[in-house]
Amino acid sequence: MTLAPNPLAAPAATLAATPRPTMIEFRDVHKYYGDYHALRGITATIRAGEFFSLLGPSGCGKTTLLRTIAGFEGISSGAVLIDGKDMQGVPANVRPTNMVFQSYAIFPHLTVAQNVGFGLRREGGTAAEKARRVDEALEMVGLKGYGARAAHALSGGQRQRVALARALILKPKVLLLDEPLSALDKKMREQMQVELIRLQRQVGITFILVTHDQEEALVMSDRIAVMFEGQIAQLADPEMLYRRPATRQVADFIGVMNFLPATVTSEAAGRIAIDVQGLGPCEIDAGQAPGALTGGAAEVGFRPETLTILYDGQTATDRETPGTIEEVVYYGDMTYYDVKLDGVDRPVRISMRNVFGRPVLDIRTRTRVAWSPGALVLFR
Amino acid sequence: MTDGRGLRLYAILYLVFLYAPILLLPVFALNDATIVAFPLSGFTTKWFGQLAQLPTLFDALRNSLIIAVSSSILATTLGLFAARASSRYDFAGKGPIMGLIMLPLVLPEIIVAMSLLMVLLGMGLNLAVWSVILGHTLICMPFAIAILSAAFQSLDRSLEEAAYDLGESRWSTFRLITLPLVMPGIVSALLISFTISMDEFIIAFFLAGAEPTLPVYIYSQLRFPKQIPSILALGTILVAVSVVLLTIAEYFRRRGIAKVGGKDTGGFL
Amino acid sequence: MEDQGWWGRFRRSESFAGLALVSPTALYALLLLAAPLATILLYSFLTDGDTQTRIVWDFTLDNYIATLTEPLYRAVMIRSLSVSILVTAVTVILAFPVAYYVSFHVAPQRKSLWLFLITIPFWTSYLIRVFLWKVILGYNGVINSGLTTLGIIDEPLTFILYNVNAIVITLAHAYAPFAILPIFVALEKIDRSLLEAGQDLGESKAMTFLRVTLPLAMPGVVAAVLIVLIPTVGDYVTPQIIGGGKIPMVANLIQSRMLDLDNRPLGSALAVVAMLVVTVVALAFVALNARFLKVKK
Repeated sequence: MTLAPNPLAAPAATLAATPRPTMIEFRDVHKYYGDYHALRGITATIRAGEFFSLLGPSGCGKTTLLRTIAGFEGISSGAVLIDGKDMQGVPANVRPTNMVFQSYAIFPHLTVAQNVGFGLRREGGTAAEKARRVDEALEMVGLKGYGARAAHALSGGQRQRVALARALILKPKVLLLDEPLSALDKKMREQMQVELIRLQRQVGITFILVTHDQEEALVMSDRIAVMFEGQIAQLADPEMLYRRPATRQVADFIGVMNFLPATVTSEAAGRIAIDVQGLGPCEIDAGQAPGALTGGAAEVGFRPETLTILYDGQTATDRETPGTIEEVVYYGDMTYYDVKLDGVDRPVRISMRNVFGRPVLDIRTRTRVAWSPGALVLFR
Repeated sequence: MTDGRGLRLYAILYLVFLYAPILLLPVFALNDATIVAFPLSGFTTKWFGQLAQLPTLFDALRNSLIIAVSSSILATTLGLFAARASSRYDFAGKGPIMGLIMLPLVLPEIIVAMSLLMVLLGMGLNLAVWSVILGHTLICMPFAIAILSAAFQSLDRSLEEAAYDLGESRWSTFRLITLPLVMPGIVSALLISFTISMDEFIIAFFLAGAEPTLPVYIYSQLRFPKQIPSILALGTILVAVSVVLLTIAEYFRRRGIAKVGGKDTGGFL
Repeated sequence: MEDQGWWGRFRRSESFAGLALVSPTALYALLLLAAPLATILLYSFLTDGDTQTRIVWDFTLDNYIATLTEPLYRAVMIRSLSVSILVTAVTVILAFPVAYYVSFHVAPQRKSLWLFLITIPFWTSYLIRVFLWKVILGYNGVINSGLTTLGIIDEPLTFILYNVNAIVITLAHAYAPFAILPIFVALEKIDRSLLEAGQDLGESKAMTFLRVTLPLAMPGVVAAVLIVLIPTVGDYVTPQIIGGGKIPMVANLIQSRMLDLDNRPLGSALAVVAMLVVTVVALAFVALNARFLKVKK
């Protein structure tokens, strides 16, 4: 459960400083399957050269949205534009996109080289030229010398690489990846995450990844669209998404978030005064409260790592609140404490890095918890 | 595993029961006696030799081959449409439509034969080889569809999408990806349909008119005790050919499953 | 409404592709199966004509009345149905242990071989197989001559001769694979850990079989029953060859009324009634086992 934003991904500031041209544009896209409203008004843009993720639980419409870009799904209303061109009526086989399928869809009756070179059939050029391009593509994904192998003899990770090479050899404007890592084991998945980031940097093509794994999305993406029930709940870079989730649902879906009841007492000049159960009254910035506020009852959320348990002799830099440890979960590098703050009926979760010389505390220990109003997010 | 051993014995006895008639076939076909009974009188191949002197047998064989080749091709072609449609698309009335197409699987053949016969006679048509082809296509179709549907269903749909995504047209996707991957199923369906048609008696009996097929010819000869040893010789040949064809069909069916990386669930049905 | 229009378009496109693709096959079945069956149904309400007119367009229920009241027809109908039920029971009961053995006691890589061995006899000439049973069971047949040669019997056994028993044996043999395969498929679908759970919860192997395996295998048994019951009612060859034409079943009756006597309406009515009766029996059987079939979802 390490949720630090990805150091490899370009920081949000860089993107903002050098705005890239738009590659994909969704204009109020709706999609029905019979009675079922699968996409409910998607409006968003994906920039050229970015690593973009569609994140959400199963059935949220993320794969459907990806397939509307590929052209495998028609849309009921709205428009999908790729590189400024409306894709209405443009079939999948002529769109400037290529796809890496969840099952990889490696043609079982062809060799690795025939698979990778499949899309070159319709292009001009000599056989030698095509063979050279296939070799290059295989080398790029680390499968040099595998060309003559039978496709069905490959491991999961190798199939994934063949699928990547096969899609990238056609130099698409957009590469679509439908849960490409879900079939791999944990270790292989983490390795492929890093390789995909490297590959995307190398080729500079827009990558759009569909995933239900929030950690994977945070690690790999420049920007993420979180989807629930056919709608985009929030579109932001990983850090923003993690620190300032737009809705409670997003906050709950990404990482762990504690929630405490709160009351808005006053609101003026970009500052909001709130009274949080267990934490007491404090003031937060308007930026910490997504959505319109009308005052009255609300809820604040905060991440487990924004709280710190104070050991004897330590003092809080900002605010502190007393509580009792109810549960201790030891993870090796981390320890999670469930602490019942005084005056709160439900415990909050706090994560502490295990440092040499600092003991893991016991259940029922009375303790003080340090926190800061700046780490709170206010939800209506 | 004690109960396993008892069951195994039973299963083997059951196989003996299943194979008893087929195994007796060559025994009496090679027996030097006109009466089919024990004890055996001696070894002979003369019954096989006599087959060559039956001119009507060759007419029947020719009819049977024409019918079996035509109806297996027709049934497999029509089966391809239905198998593809049912494994790929949801369409209005799918249940009733597929139910009707698969109905001959359970419908007694006498009903199929009689109802077709009534219609053909009612229309004043002369029965011949073609009317048997129509009937055999009808009863082979469900078997072809069962085999082809399995082939289509074990085909990962994203394979076709991948080819389309890589720039191929719908037709070239079908030619380059779908067809090679379901080809074993097609071969298997052709062979099974051919075998069914070659062996089918009732529809051929009622719809062949004056152009009997091999089973119809055999049936007509069963009345003559003198002919029975040669009929058994003929039966031996037919069964041997069927077994060879079925073994090839099974080989293709399994290779088809292995090719697309599927798991063998066994059986033609 | 905008959505409504889009709806229509969507339905048309999705449904249309499937319908267009299935249409050649559906059309074939419609013309060569549905239409002839409808013709039979129509004929059954018409009146028999002479050899010239054949059919007179006079709507009547006489054919049905004859079918249901005439002793000969009733006797044949009852015999057909009882033979068919008996064959089904024998076939399914004999087949179940084989399906069970192949599913539970045969190594996975050898299952296909077993199934192949079981299906091969089914694909070989039905006519010749039926005839061979006559040869095996006949007065001077293989069994009698064999037993006489071995000195076990002096007189040929007659209970296996040209009678209903012989018909049942022959049909049970012919439909064996039809019964084994559906049961095998149902048994294969059973999650093996369910059986372990059954034993873990304190049941004996036998009780686990009765309380877990058998109920879960019932969909296969029902399918096997239907797939044997319905076609055997209309079997033509076996009574003709084994019974020597002396023990007609309904198929023989239909044939003789329609062709030998050229009474198409009566033959049609017999066919319709036979199909209705077997459908009713089949539906009743399905209804009795409905609780086992629901589990599937």
